[in-house]
Amino acid sequence: MYDVLIIGAGVIGGMLARELSKYELSVCILEKENDVACGASKANSGIVHGGYDPEPGTLKAQLNTAGIQKLYDTARELNVPIKNNGSMVCAFSEAENGFLEELLNRGNQNGISGLSIISGDEARELEPELSKEVTKALLVPNAGIVCPYELTIAAIGNAMDNAVDLSLNFEVTEIVRDEECFVVSGADMRKFEGKFLINCAGAYSDKIAKLAGDGTFEIIPRCGEYILLDKEEGGLVGHTVFQVPTKEGKGILVTPTVDGNLLTGPTAVAVDTPESTNTTVSGLNKVIELAQKSVPAVDFRQTITSFCGVRASEKNGDFIIEGSKKVEGLINVAAIDSPGLTSAVAIAEYTVEILKSLGIKLELKKNWNGKRTDPHFFRNMNNEEKNEFIKKNPEYGKIVCRCEGVSEGEIRRVIRQNPPAFDVDGVKRRTRSGMGRCQGGFCMPTVIKILAQEHNISMTEVTKRGSGSVLLKGKL
Amino acid sequence: MIKNDIVIIGGGPAGLAAAVAAYENGIRDIVIFDREQTTGGILRQCIHNGFGLHKLGQELTGPEYADVFSGMVAKRGIKIYNNTTVTDLSSDRVVTARNSEGIIEVQAKAVILAMGCRERSRGALNISGTRPAGIYSAGTAQRLINLEGFSVGKKAVILGSGDIGLIMARRLSLEGATVEAVCEIMPYSGGLTRNIVQCLEDYNIPLYLNHTVAEIHGKDRLEGVTIAEVDENRRIIDQTKRYIECDTLLLSVGLIPENELTRQAGITIDPVTGGAVVDEFRQTDVSGIFACGNVLQVHDLVDYVSDEAEIAGVSAAKFVKSQLPVAQAVNTSSGNGVRYVLPQRIHTCGTENTDLYFRVTKPFGKVKIKVISGDNILNQVVRVRAVPGEMEKITLKPEMLKEINQDITVTLEEM
Repeated sequence: MYDVLIIGAGVIGGMLARELSKYELSVCILEKENDVACGASKANSGIVHGGYDPEPGTLKAQLNTAGIQKLYDTARELNVPIKNNGSMVCAFSEAENGFLEELLNRGNQNGISGLSIISGDEARELEPELSKEVTKALLVPNAGIVCPYELTIAAIGNAMDNAVDLSLNFEVTEIVRDEECFVVSGADMRKFEGKFLINCAGAYSDKIAKLAGDGTFEIIPRCGEYILLDKEEGGLVGHTVFQVPTKEGKGILVTPTVDGNLLTGPTAVAVDTPESTNTTVSGLNKVIELAQKSVPAVDFRQTITSFCGVRASEKNGDFIIEGSKKVEGLINVAAIDSPGLTSAVAIAEYTVEILKSLGIKLELKKNWNGKRTDPHFFRNMNNEEKNEFIKKNPEYGKIVCRCEGVSEGEIRRVIRQNPPAFDVDGVKRRTRSGMGRCQGGFCMPTVIKILAQEHNISMTEVTKRGSGSVLLKGKL
Repeated sequence: MIKNDIVIIGGGPAGLAAAVAAYENGIRDIVIFDREQTTGGILRQCIHNGFGLHKLGQELTGPEYADVFSGMVAKRGIKIYNNTTVTDLSSDRVVTARNSEGIIEVQAKAVILAMGCRERSRGALNISGTRPAGIYSAGTAQRLINLEGFSVGKKAVILGSGDIGLIMARRLSLEGATVEAVCEIMPYSGGLTRNIVQCLEDYNIPLYLNHTVAEIHGKDRLEGVTIAEVDENRRIIDQTKRYIECDTLLLSVGLIPENELTRQAGITIDPVTGGAVVDEFRQTDVSGIFACGNVLQVHDLVDYVSDEAEIAGVSAAKFVKSQLPVAQAVNTSSGNGVRYVLPQRIHTCGTENTDLYFRVTKPFGKVKIKVISGDNILNQVVRVRAVPGEMEKITLKPEMLKEINQDITVTLEEM
């Protein structure tokens, strides 16, 4: 029996697992997909939000403000690239100028320092490609960018290095609370037992809560479509450029990513199910139109890919992080939409406090190690160091992904390192192999071969992202 | 740092032919860097025939054509680094490559770019829908089938009627898969006529012109696609949408010259060809760096790749020997009905025939092709037809070159 079962291996479940791995506890993460970071954590804007947006007094405001520095620190400890590039919120009219004042006030009330409103010309001095239509901008110096799935992978990898278990392809079908513990059953008849159950199931968290007997909230999934552009476009802006937020979300942004691409999006449309991650013609057109409203020079002929993520929103608009009023021992960490990524570490700490209040015994581990080896140590070496390293590790000399310059050694490493990659998308998210402009056209056959070798399976068993997503339909 | 006279980046048909030509022009110190285990480039997976009719006077398969040139390279003892990827190129011709033995840095007297091209991906097209397994660029599918020996699917739709798409329609049929449709967004195919006949018509595979894939369906593996007709602005006509069940979608929607190293070296790129701007010697605007093959412009026939590579090889050899003429040059440009002209610059001192290669903007019937310079018509020829999928060529003889008094335009007149 585990002390704590966490349902959901996204950034929230991951950061919580890492936080719990500091203590003498047995912890297991249950995840229905073939990899971690497969929900909203793989498809969002990757922004460290400056804290001016949440309504003062809400949990969102509290944890956003508390989370910013914690996220920078944790990412650095985990060797995940994070950049404090700053953001600006652009107004395009008198009415919107007024709204910037409101955001500034909110930010001040939320305890954010350093915010200022600058003129359109001042904004264009900082960002020369910014539209001439921008009238004023809120400058947010503490904002930043980070790769959300890389952060999740690193947090869970580090938690696993510190003895947390991860069980993939485990779709929860039944939760029984008996006298001693929760018994969680999966579609494949596996069962896990845990004294405490923490629901970090993202867009599925209402369903998980209901399975446990708590029907107190409902998730309204809202999809957001994005277009990712080539690194050729990555230098177009330095700051993350927002438009004034609307009820649906923080508006369409134009931002560099930590990997040097340009990201535009998201839209905000309520959808029927969390599975609705299909892109649409109207959605993609909206992204193009609104991105070019802020930065007219964005060249969408340089598009690499488009994708869609689903936010786990709730009608009251705030995070739900509390011990269930219906089921003892269940903690819901739900309705974590934006700024969930920014708040992730603060949410994890807040949740541990709830666990404490429920009576869990926390004793710090003596040998906890919060550092994770940088999976990109090789790409960050200079040529001399690379040369030395290749002489001892020849696999690092063979480039598999030419667009992103990823070697066979780096790919084999992430299949062996925690949490291991089992499919082609998993390798892609960990190494960027297939993430470049050819989108895996050249490297995918080799990646399939390496995955098959490392996991000792046939190439026809290798999938794109688990379950039925087979790539090859048999040997000729 | 190692020093070599000529470094060739890429061991496909362009790199091999350039190496042989440079050798035959007196240069012995030549190395080829090739990222694959075996030279031959993309030809190794092109197991169909039709290669070499122009160049070698015989009809060969891709690997056979590659073997002819690999053999010539081997016979001359030209050094090939296999499994070696060039990662950096500087404008002063320092080439940095990586393989399992380490990092190699070479100072070259001349560099020949022969990196080939890559396929445009689904992402670049912004097709809406889900992102399941089962969507391949046609060349990736070709490699999986022909080199790795795997089936990629049982029921396929192909988007794009470029040559690789057409070849793969036949290949899938031969492997027992059904090809439900080939959709082409343009009103005409971008492939060779012979491929439309031999790969589609002979196998009863329907080609839908003015059609595209409007949406992709399926969560894990592809389950089907919605295809639709497009209007003259290539916008989807909603009423024409229809669903086709399939487990595989192949994309043959264009090739992009792979010019990352070219850009790194600060070489000017032609926005139309996607390759370097070159003169008739295939020299780029960075002295001593030459380009040929699909990295320079996407060819439809490998025979022309070899021709172009020979020009680059001969020129690089002359450059090393300081024999490349330095003279006044004029620009070439596209007139009516012409998409691009290559080379983009030519010297007026030429003493040899100079070929201008070009592609037309749309299918034409009988046309007169004219090369003009100011008021002078340098040359003109008549073609009974001209299509975008087939590269055209017009030759300027030395006496015509003497008539050049300003920039040159290639233009079409419909007859």
